[in-house]
Parts: sequence; C-alpha cells; structure tokens
Amino acid sequence: MAVTSPETVVGPQKGRSLWDDARDRLLANRAAVASMIVLAVITLLSILGPILSPHDYDAVYRDYVKVPASLEAYPKADQVQPAFEALVKRARLRLESYERTGDRVVARVTSSRSIDPRSTRYIDRSDMFENAVLSDLSDNDTRATLAADIKHLHFYFGTDANGRDLMTRTFIAGRISLTIGLLATTVAISIGVVYGATSGYLGGRVDQLMMRVVDILYSLPFIFFVIMLVVFFGRNFVLMFIAVGAVEWLDMARIVRGQTLTIKRQEYVQAAEAMGVGDGGIIRRHVIPNTLGPVVVYMTLLVPKVILLESFLSFLGLGIQEPMTSWGVLISEGARNLQGAPWMLIFPSIFLTSTLFALNFIGDGLRDALDPKDR
Amino acid sequence: MANDTVLDIRSLKVDFDTPTGPIAAVKGVDIEVGAGETVAIVGESGSGKSQTMMAAMGLLASNGRTSGVVIYGGQNILGLSTGKLNKIRGARITMIFQEPMTSLDQLYTVGRQLAEPMVVHGGLSWKQAQAKALELLKLVNIPEPERKLKAYPYEMSGGQRQRVMIAMALANDPDVLIADEPTTALDVTTQAQILELLRDLQKRLGMAVIFITHDLGIVRQIADRVYVMKTGEVVETGRTQEIFSRPAHPYTRMLLDAEPAGSKPAVPPQAPVLLEAQKVEVEFALDGGFLRPKHVLRAVDGVSFVLRRGQTLGVVGESGSGKSTLGRAILNLLPAGGRVVYQGGVITGKSRREMKALRRNMQLVFQDPFGSLSPRMTVGQIISEGLLVHEPSLSARERDRRACLALEEVSLDPATRNRYPHEFSGGQRQRIAIARTMVLKPDLVVLDEPTSALDRTIQKQIVELLRELQAAHGLTYIFISHDLAVVRAIADTVMVMKRGQVVEAGPTQNIFEAPRETYTRELIRAAMLTQERLAGPLPA
Repeated sequence: MAVTSPETVVGPQKGRSLWDDARDRLLANRAAVASMIVLAVITLLSILGPILSPHDYDAVYRDYVKVPASLEAYPKADQVQPAFEALVKRARLRLESYERTGDRVVARVTSSRSIDPRSTRYIDRSDMFENAVLSDLSDNDTRATLAADIKHLHFYFGTDANGRDLMTRTFIAGRISLTIGLLATTVAISIGVVYGATSGYLGGRVDQLMMRVVDILYSLPFIFFVIMLVVFFGRNFVLMFIAVGAVEWLDMARIVRGQTLTIKRQEYVQAAEAMGVGDGGIIRRHVIPNTLGPVVVYMTLLVPKVILLESFLSFLGLGIQEPMTSWGVLISEGARNLQGAPWMLIFPSIFLTSTLFALNFIGDGLRDALDPKDR
Repeated sequence: MANDTVLDIRSLKVDFDTPTGPIAAVKGVDIEVGAGETVAIVGESGSGKSQTMMAAMGLLASNGRTSGVVIYGGQNILGLSTGKLNKIRGARITMIFQEPMTSLDQLYTVGRQLAEPMVVHGGLSWKQAQAKALELLKLVNIPEPERKLKAYPYEMSGGQRQRVMIAMALANDPDVLIADEPTTALDVTTQAQILELLRDLQKRLGMAVIFITHDLGIVRQIADRVYVMKTGEVVETGRTQEIFSRPAHPYTRMLLDAEPAGSKPAVPPQAPVLLEAQKVEVEFALDGGFLRPKHVLRAVDGVSFVLRRGQTLGVVGESGSGKSTLGRAILNLLPAGGRVVYQGGVITGKSRREMKALRRNMQLVFQDPFGSLSPRMTVGQIISEGLLVHEPSLSARERDRRACLALEEVSLDPATRNRYPHEFSGGQRQRIAIARTMVLKPDLVVLDEPTSALDRTIQKQIVELLRELQAAHGLTYIFISHDLAVVRAIADTVMVMKRGQVVEAGPTQNIFEAPRETYTRELIRAAMLTQERLAGPLPA
C-alpha cells in the first residue's frame, strides 16, 4: 500500500524553487517574452550602437542640419551640384564646367588671380566632399581642374538642429536613460527593502519612528528638493541617482513594510524565533526573500517611472547636460522642432515608449507569474 | 432504492489542465443517492471526494473539464448553462462548506444574508423573508434567534456560523444537501452538536444528505451508505454497517485502522524534573477604543505542572482555551507571569540573547505544516538553519551531513533536501518540521497540534514517528491537541484546559477512564462520538 508505507520521495535531486516555477510561467507569457526581447535589443543597441556607429554622438555636420531620416546616403544627388558651386564660390573661384562621374566631381575652375592650392581646404572642410585635388594648373595659375570625392554619409534617423546624427544620439541617450533607470531603481529598492523590512519586523516604537521619517521625506516637494541639490552641488550626473533614488525608495519602504507585517506573523518566522535565530538572520533569510515577489514587480514599474522622471528633470534643464543626452532631452528638443523636423521627436519617442511598454508588460507578466493564487 | 433516486452520478470524470499536462482528479465515479438517504463519501485529502461533488454542481475551477452524466429530476444537469443550473443548485440541491468563518459576508447582518436570496429568487417581501429567516434560525437551534437575526457574523462562534450556513442551505426545502466536511473546522463538542442537528433535520425534513468527510467516526454516526474513494475512484461501497464490520478493500481496512492506538510506557517517577511551571500567566491587553477602557484578556491563568525527563504532557482543550499560548509561554516566546524553571534555572523574563543558548534544547513544532516552512528555502536550508545559529563553526558540508541524518531519522529520502517545501505533501512537511527540531538534539519539544491538519492515516504515522524519536533520544514532549484520541496514544499525563485554567489534570488513564469534571466528560463524550465508540443514538 502506497499510503501506509512511510512517505518517501524518490526523485531528482534538484528541487524546483518557486522562482523556477515563476520563470516557467513568465516564459509562457507571450507578451512578456516579446517585451524581454524588445528590451534586450534596445539595451544592446544602446551599449553597442554608439561604438559601431560611424558618427560620434557629439560630431556636428554643419551641412546636414535637420536633414530628414533617410535610408539613402547623403548627399542626395540634387544636393551635390549646388553645394559644390557654393563651396567653389566661397573659395573665390569661378566654375567653368562641372561634371559628376559616379562618386567623383571634376570641375574646371578659373580665377582672376592665381589659384591658391590651399583652396582645396574649402572643399574638404565641407561634410560632403573629401580628397579635393587641384591639377592641370595653367601657366599663370588662373585655371585649374578641381576634383573631389563625394563623401557618403548615412543618417538613418536624420540629424538634429545642430546637425548631429540622431541615431547615435538616440543610442547614447538610451545608455543614459537605462543606466539611470536601473541604477536609481537599484538604489531605491535596496534602501527601501532593507529599511521597510527592518521597520516592519522590529515593529513597535522603532517602526513608528522609522515610518515617520519616511512621512517627513514624503512631504518634501520633489522639484524643490532637486533644485536645492543642484544649487548646492552643481549639475551632475550622479546627482540624478541620488535625487531620484532618495525619493523613490519611500514607496518601496512602505510596500515592503506592509509585506513584512504579514510575513512576520507567519509560522515559519515564529519557528525561526523559537529556534533562536536572531533578528538579522530572520530578516535576511525569511522576511526579505518572501517580500521579493512584489518587489520585483514594483521594480519593473519603477524603472519606467524613473526614466520619465529623469526626462522631466532634463526637460526642466536640471538633468543631463549637452553634449551628453538622454531620451527625455531628445524628446523635449524634438517637441520644439515638431514642425519641420518631426523625426527628431519620432525616433527617440519610439525607443522610450517601447522600453516603457516592454517594462510594463514584463511587470504584468511577473506579477501573474509570481501570484501564489495561480498555484 | 433505484426507483426513488434523487441524484444519480454516472461515470463522472474530472480532469484539470495544468501547465504540466492534464491531471485526472476523478476517474469515472458512480454515485447514487436515494430520497431521504444519507450517503457518506469518505477518503483522504486528494482522493477527489470534494471535486466529484463540485463537478456535479458545476462549481469547478476554470481549468477543470468534466465528462459523464449527473441526473437530477430526470435531466442531465452536467454542463447545463449557469442560468439553468442556478435554478437547481442553491434551491433544490444546496451545499455547506468546511469553513464557516469565511462563508458569511462580514458586512451584512445574518438576517439580511438569510433573507436576501428569498427576496431576490423566491419573490418574497422583505418582511416575509425576515419571518422565514427567523423560522430557519429556530429550526437550526440557534439560541436567541430574534437577536441573532440582527447580529453580524463576527459576533457569532464558529458553531453558530455553521448553523447559519445550514439554515441558509435549508431555506428552500432542498431535496439534496451536500455537506463538504462541515465539522472539520470545529471543536469536538461543537462538532457533535452540528452532527446531531444535521441528523435531526434530515429526519424532520426528509431530504437526502451527501456527507463528504475524511472522518470515519462521523460516517458511522450519520450515514446509511458509504462510498470509499481513493485517488479519484470509488474503491468500495455498501451499507455503513457492512463496511464497518466487513471492510473488503485493503484501503478501507487501513482507514478503519488509522486510529492511533496503544499508550505510552510510563516514565519512572524518580526521573529528574526537566521543567516546572509555577502559576504561569499570560495576559493580552486589548486596545480599547476612543471611549472604551482597555480590556485585559487573561489567556493563561495560573497554570502549574511538573514535567520529568522522558515524559509527555498532553494539553487538551477547545480552541480559545489558551493551550497554544501556554506552549509559547513555557518556551518564553511570550512575556508571561509566574515562573518556568528549566533544569533548575528560571527562564521566565530572560531576554532573547540570554535565551539563545537554551533555544536549541527547547523546540517547537507547529500545527500548520504549510505555514511553518519558509516557502523560498530548500528543505536542506530549513533543517540546517538551527545549526547555523547554534553551531556556527560547522562547515557547510557538515551541516549538510547532519541535515541528511535528520531527514533519514524522520524517514524521508535525504536526496530530497534540495527541494522546496511546496513539493511535499502535508505529512512529509510535518516530518520536515520535526527533522528541523531533531537536528539540534533538543531535550524538550513543544508540539502544538502537530497532527491536526493531517489525514488520519498520516496522523498515525506521525504519532508513531514521534514515539520512536522519543524512545531513541529520551525526549520530553508537551503535546498540545484538541484530538483526544491522539493525546491518549502519546501522553503520560493529561492536562485539560478551559478559558486559560486547568480544569483537570492527571495520568492519562485516569483522565480518560474516570474523568471527574463535567467539562472533561463532555470533551471525552464528544470525542468518542466521532471516534465510533459510542455506536448507539445520542442522548439529546
């Protein structure tokens, strides 16, 4: 009889933790998996994009200010001749003939005075041409053949109001936004979890005191707080983490404290107490691991919140400084240039919203996966 | 009885879709219920007895699938639309559940909750419905029915709430009443009263009762016929008398034999005193409201006893009698008055730090094997946590070895130590909880209802395990339980508690065979009722 025999389990050695189960449920959730892929792609682009991109994020192309996004290379065919003519004119030369063969422009130029060989620099200085060469100089140096290669540049997302490549800037902005999102969230969560768990577990007067501190911090107006920080310490990237982290951990502390109050009445906590486990051990081994479910969910919702907060601060001019940029900064610039240069808004917005969507979907998926009622 | 069958379940199957594939919960069950008959469905947890009836009533969880036929009133009600089904269930076939604490809405008065369905479905006016509700409360013998009509559920005891639930189920004169473990959550004396009520009501109203339970004592008391279920199948069926006198299937025999038997060999009186409690008191200050004075609840009131090494003290009493609180007070887990002397030293009032060294000698096992194991730790971690505290110098490998030994001692496979608690059954979890205490080699173990959440057969195994461990290590137990059969099998001395005070105490045999106090007699009588010793009709 199976029931009378001592119940022994014969089976695989490795157990499945609740986390394993949750992971399986999460992986069965299509929206969450798709979101994770999207997020991974965006992260990779943000990390590798600026390295692989032919443009520096702060390189200014004066000839390409606010050019629209295009899969074709710049300069466009009809741009070459007017641009070349303008350059020749600026070099105080006269254009006699102009001929374009493939990627090369060959022209006969004349001048009333002798042609300075340094005139090629005018051509080379442009973002459209390179390797300008003067040849066939006439005897009195007044006529020459000017040849130059057309320099092909790709601006897949277009350029901004200063003529910088928007794609590279979007990627580098992703680095900043995601870093702030992750770091500030990590800061907020670590402080919040430890603080909340300690407060909830110790209870009584300590709890009262710790939570009143939270209440006081809650009552500080956030913007005022940030302006104070900026005034005292100057504008600084690290300041962003501190400002955002210092505000966002309060929510976390409250959530974790609430969880802890329930957990500390659980029998496994009493069992640990009866065994003589100290407060630290109980908080570390029993309370915190069991609060992590809601914490993980909250974290995926906190990251977008922090990214938006950073955008807001940057929008106000309190955040990231030029030439460094973040999605929030790019979007605020894009919004100013909406008429005439919509791509400046569209591309950073796509990245920001897909990240936020992805994180929210992952958060939803995690909440479903970790919900014990599902078991 | 075939001609007056009211409910006929034929080859009913229930499957649940789970992420790991379908699970067959019920594998083709035939159950027939005649008019006015009491049928018991018996089985251990997981045998599919509740799911059978839930499926028949169309109350399965959303991932459940059913097949088969359920005939009521000449039509197959399985798979009917909710609208049509609602005309039958709740009116012609009604159910009462195990948990009377959660089945009533806390925000409405009992009267309103009773009257509402009559107004909404029965077309009565509120006044008529109130009158009918009062009648129903009288029918289920609730004291002061007029006042209780206006009471809120939290003002009533568990037994009274269960009576209200029964009243609700009777509101429309049903043909069939399905009672799903209606007495399991109640104290023994209340249990006996509720059973009595059900039997009486059935006699008067002539409805059929389907009684789902794991407790064969109840079955013997109340049922005409029995279906024994095991892993989704009916393994034996027949008249109650026959099943009890000539059980054919080995599973039935095992269920019948599941009563913990025997008694504990006595401990020599010269054994050293391990623990002495002198007038232990525990008070809880209940916060008064804004204008209400503070109220002090005396949960344990002057309890004294002497416990010798190797003895087992059984503490019995109904819920709320303070027995669990006493257990925690003895271990100094609660601030308590009086004195507790452990091995010659007073431990009352010692701080947590001072207690720490003693903690390894004094252990506690909880009732709920699902709540007392941390869900995010592996079994190995749970068992070896105590070593981490009390022998911090041990290497991880040595801790692991000790955890394996402890698991072997409670007859669990050490290979399972990397698993998580939710992968084990209730009985296995309780073994893990015991292993957790044994790894520290304690002298004294307080067992707080260690068997109450378990099936009878598992209970028996746990009791045997506890006895073996006691014999092997010379352990001293304080065994807290409301289950007198288990206490009788394991305790040297018994202490009966009521409202925080000791009503009666003495050697187990004396208490059980010659109880002096009325309360003790009541407890024993109620316990014996559900333990099939008292086969005759109940005195009113």
